[in-house]
Amino acid sequence: MSVLPNKQEKVTLDTFMRGLWEENPVFVMLLGLCPVLAVTNSTMNAIAMGLATLFVLVASSTLVSLLRKMIPKQVRIATYIIIIATFVTIVDYVIQAISLDLYNALGAFIQLIVVNCVILGRAEAYASKQKLGAAVVNAFGMGTGFTIALLCLGTVRELLGAGTILGVQIFSSNFEPWVVMILPPGGFFVLGAWLLLFDYLKQRKEQKLLSAEGAVANGS
Amino acid sequence: MSSTEQIQTRPQTPGLAMLRTLGGVAMLSGLLVVLAFQFTQPLIEENKRIAIEQAVSRVIPGVVSKRDFILGAEGLFAADAPGAKGEKIYAAYNGDGKLQGIALEAAATGYQDVIRILYGYNQDCQCVTGIKVLKMAETPGLGDKIAFDPEFLKNFEALDGRLNGQKSGLENPIVTVKHGGKREQWEIDSISGATISSKAIGRMINASGQRMFPLIIQHLDELRSGREN
Repeated sequence: MSVLPNKQEKVTLDTFMRGLWEENPVFVMLLGLCPVLAVTNSTMNAIAMGLATLFVLVASSTLVSLLRKMIPKQVRIATYIIIIATFVTIVDYVIQAISLDLYNALGAFIQLIVVNCVILGRAEAYASKQKLGAAVVNAFGMGTGFTIALLCLGTVRELLGAGTILGVQIFSSNFEPWVVMILPPGGFFVLGAWLLLFDYLKQRKEQKLLSAEGAVANGS
Repeated sequence: MSSTEQIQTRPQTPGLAMLRTLGGVAMLSGLLVVLAFQFTQPLIEENKRIAIEQAVSRVIPGVVSKRDFILGAEGLFAADAPGAKGEKIYAAYNGDGKLQGIALEAAATGYQDVIRILYGYNQDCQCVTGIKVLKMAETPGLGDKIAFDPEFLKNFEALDGRLNGQKSGLENPIVTVKHGGKREQWEIDSISGATISSKAIGRMINASGQRMFPLIIQHLDELRSGREN
């Protein structure tokens, strides 16, 4: 008995773009906030964490989608977790092979990708119901959206908290860094500011749509 | 409704399919992890070796080659000697094979977690020549300055670690003092705002020095020749 596929989605640009904007895992769905707040104290950490999550997301979605007809629904979560944990372990080794400094900077958050709800959420809500193509494209979009969100936080926090971006001095040495920005509270401040901006843009878009509709109704 | 009917109406659990799926996925997972391990292990080992070498050349100037030893109360042994008891030390030599200094590891609890450092010791001036933080989880922007704050690192360019008359310990214990309060060569000027982290560094070097410097001086000839006994 497998999880029955409901509506199959055709792969379009929207399958990819949804993860970037409309259903952005961080700014819209507010998922996976633990790594978002914890490792975004520098741009480099944000990039590394984003790419690691992107890889795990795409690889696990691929496997889940391929096996979707063989996985009995009673053991689906256990199976997804094994699949996700496998790819997280691989990422863990690869990051150690690339740079030990980076590995130390990310600390336990690499292993904690296993419990990132973005990934399990994608496997459960999307990859287990869709064909391989759609699952991979959607996972890629979500992973990219997650990476962009981490970068949004990471660059702002590093810039204000240390006056640098990717270790390159941006502000003059007269700038007194706002150390709080690279401490845990800074994560909440910057995330709050980004959410405010996203919500403002969304509301403005809706208002424009409404007034446009109103104009059409009045004109007719 | 009788109990037998109830059992029949309940959807059946596909035992075989569950076993097949979980077993299959677990095996696939094992295979992938082993493959990843096999491919990355040599690279990770190489990275660790490079990291140690870089750290040694940072704490001891002019290093060309190094040899690893284990030094303890029972003597000096090669790093790979079986059953050797003691601490791992790295003897660093210049191009002519002359002993430039010894790099030692030290650790103590900082503000968040254990701080581990590598530091260099020069046998001629009997002083510390530099430190490099290997692992820490100190507060970013405050405690983590121990790793890169130039003023703080200056403390360790010639930190006095002379032995006492009996050669059993340090003449003057190495201590961390309040920011701006350094008067003596064996004192460490702490970073303001990172007192706990700075003190941890002083504590670990003092503990390690009291224990290891007398042993190093005792085995200096062997270390100079690069041969263990």
